[in-house]
Amino acid sequence: MTLMSYLEAGKRALAEEMRRDPAVWALGEDLGRGGVFGQYKGLAEEFGPQRICDTPISEACIMGAAVGAALVGTRPVVEMRFSDFALCAIDELVNQAAKARYMFGGQGRVPLVVREPVGMWRSSAAQHSQSLEAWYAHIPGLVVVTPSTPADNYGLLKAAIRCDDPVVYMEHKDLWPLEGEVEADGEALPLGKARILRQGGDLTIVAWSGVLRTVRQAAEALAGTGVAAEVIDLRTLYPWDRETVLASAARTRRLLVVHEAVAIGGFGGEIAATAAEELGVRVKRLGAPRLPVAYAPPLEAQCRVSEAQIVAAARTLL
Amino acid sequence: MTRANIDVERLREHFRTMARIRAFEEAAEAGQKSGEIRGAVHLSVGQEAVASGICANLRRSDYLVSTHRVHGHTIAKGADVTAMMAELLGKAGGTCQGKGGSMHIADFSIGMLGANGVVGAGIPIAAGAAHAVKLRGGSEIVACFFGDGAVNRGPFLEGLNWARIYDLPILFICEDNGFAATTRTRSLTGGPGPAARAEALGIPARIVDGNAVEEVDAAAAERVTRIREGGGPQFILAQTYRLKGHTAHDPATYRPAAEVEEKQRRDPIELCRETLLLRGVPAAALAADEAAARVEIAAAVAAARAQPWGDESLAWRDVQDMGAPA
Ligand SMILES: Cc1ncc(C[n+]2csc(CCOP(=O)(O)OP(=O)(O)O)c2C)c(N)n1
Repeated sequence: MTLMSYLEAGKRALAEEMRRDPAVWALGEDLGRGGVFGQYKGLAEEFGPQRICDTPISEACIMGAAVGAALVGTRPVVEMRFSDFALCAIDELVNQAAKARYMFGGQGRVPLVVREPVGMWRSSAAQHSQSLEAWYAHIPGLVVVTPSTPADNYGLLKAAIRCDDPVVYMEHKDLWPLEGEVEADGEALPLGKARILRQGGDLTIVAWSGVLRTVRQAAEALAGTGVAAEVIDLRTLYPWDRETVLASAARTRRLLVVHEAVAIGGFGGEIAATAAEELGVRVKRLGAPRLPVAYAPPLEAQCRVSEAQIVAAARTLL
Repeated sequence: MTRANIDVERLREHFRTMARIRAFEEAAEAGQKSGEIRGAVHLSVGQEAVASGICANLRRSDYLVSTHRVHGHTIAKGADVTAMMAELLGKAGGTCQGKGGSMHIADFSIGMLGANGVVGAGIPIAAGAAHAVKLRGGSEIVACFFGDGAVNRGPFLEGLNWARIYDLPILFICEDNGFAATTRTRSLTGGPGPAARAEALGIPARIVDGNAVEEVDAAAAERVTRIREGGGPQFILAQTYRLKGHTAHDPATYRPAAEVEEKQRRDPIELCRETLLLRGVPAAALAADEAAARVEIAAAVAAARAQPWGDESLAWRDVQDMGAPA
């Protein structure tokens, strides 16, 4: 085990996969100088400019080229730098990458990973703060992954690169410096498997990505008042781990889903509806109000799910 | 117009505008370094002549569409620097009530339709504004700034073609500062460059020294006249240099210090000073212009600091009418 940051863990995973499989390569803006957050630092030196490919500011072509390159047998890792800019390549991802295999009757596959850093970070305002994971979970053909720890960023990025489906891989920008133990030269983690972070019998809280830090604090606070919350990190949004979530909710009979993304139309609705349909348990969703993210801190805070909100939501279920 | 025959008073006005932009950028940089200004701040230090030279040829009613590197254009168009600084500080009196910050400054009162956090996204928007002007028979023109990095995005092609086929009153200004974030733009731009691309789409293009304000001014004057006379879209490629990092946090270690030092010698404010001195303007008068600019910006910072944050309810306003969030 080695202590490393979430950012470092992702870089390690990519480097190891590139060493293991010469078909893996990465493309995106500024990658030659380490990428916008430094998550590619040193990789151009090791793998050269062909496999760590510096691109123009041409998101549509970056993604489209990755689709073409994937169809002929390589495994591109596409860097979009902020998930917000991936919207400039939405046709290439949604109409092309996600559908090529199906439309062409299974003749080709698109084993690409698109890294789309998400979330509120350093007061970045409306065009650099979004969490749009639910959009992608909605699209047949895509896998959606949202790692929340260094170990997960390592193991899940490896798995995403090895996956033969197109994967939308959403790291949270605010987690880059988060440190944790990672098994170096370790294994890929299975996609589609949630993890129980904390056991409890009174209610189940499902969350993913950056907001888990707040959820853990809320669970602590609840524990202080005698409420035992079971906290589940979903880790993969699609396919999501119904088994783990439903087993927990069947035990606790109460399910709260929390995400940083806007609550309306968020993926929390899918999980809550499934639990209600399958188990008839009480459900609740918590997410951001349907607001663009503002710049000024007190305004931005309106979009942030707080510990107090989570505790209050949990209490309404009890 | 050449260096020799530019009107001294006009050049002096450019000097003042550039000094105000520089003072604003220095205050913004200090604010970002101290943490008082959040988000990403993109400084236009070294590029002031482009903003001043172009915008001196615009009327208040003309429109301006900018980029993430927006402060210079907006000041030169006539925005209130206190409101701009308040926006950088996120205060309620900011141009956008603190909801946008540096990268989303807009001031519709002077026709400034917005900075943009998405590279190249302003180009079709500018084309649309010009389209509307034509549709309603207006006399305004649109000035659309973008960086050299933006010419590799699809909206550049789509926006320029649009402006040409509908014969729109729009001036495209590509500010070639050599860089797209950490990348030397030329290394990833095929062919002879942005001006040739514009020409290929039928838009007359001119290449100017973007650090020589009189040259930018003269080119803009000529192009703006053509547009106002119904000549359709025009293109200026202003060659300049980004003296600071991509953002105020970027130490720009990917380029040699010697290169920056050399470029510093072509600082547009210094070039302008030289010309003015040759034309008999006393050095002390120019120093006084710069001091006045610093005083003005310091006052703007102080006034902006004294402003309150916006009330939380502001976050909930202006989302939409139908089904507004509550
Ligand atoms: C579509 C999109 N891709 C990437 C970015 C990230 N980004 C912000 S500024 C920038 C460089 C832009 O270069 P250029 O257009 O030359 O303008 P400059 O920064 O030099 O003023 C990049 C890549 C973005 N904002 N939007």
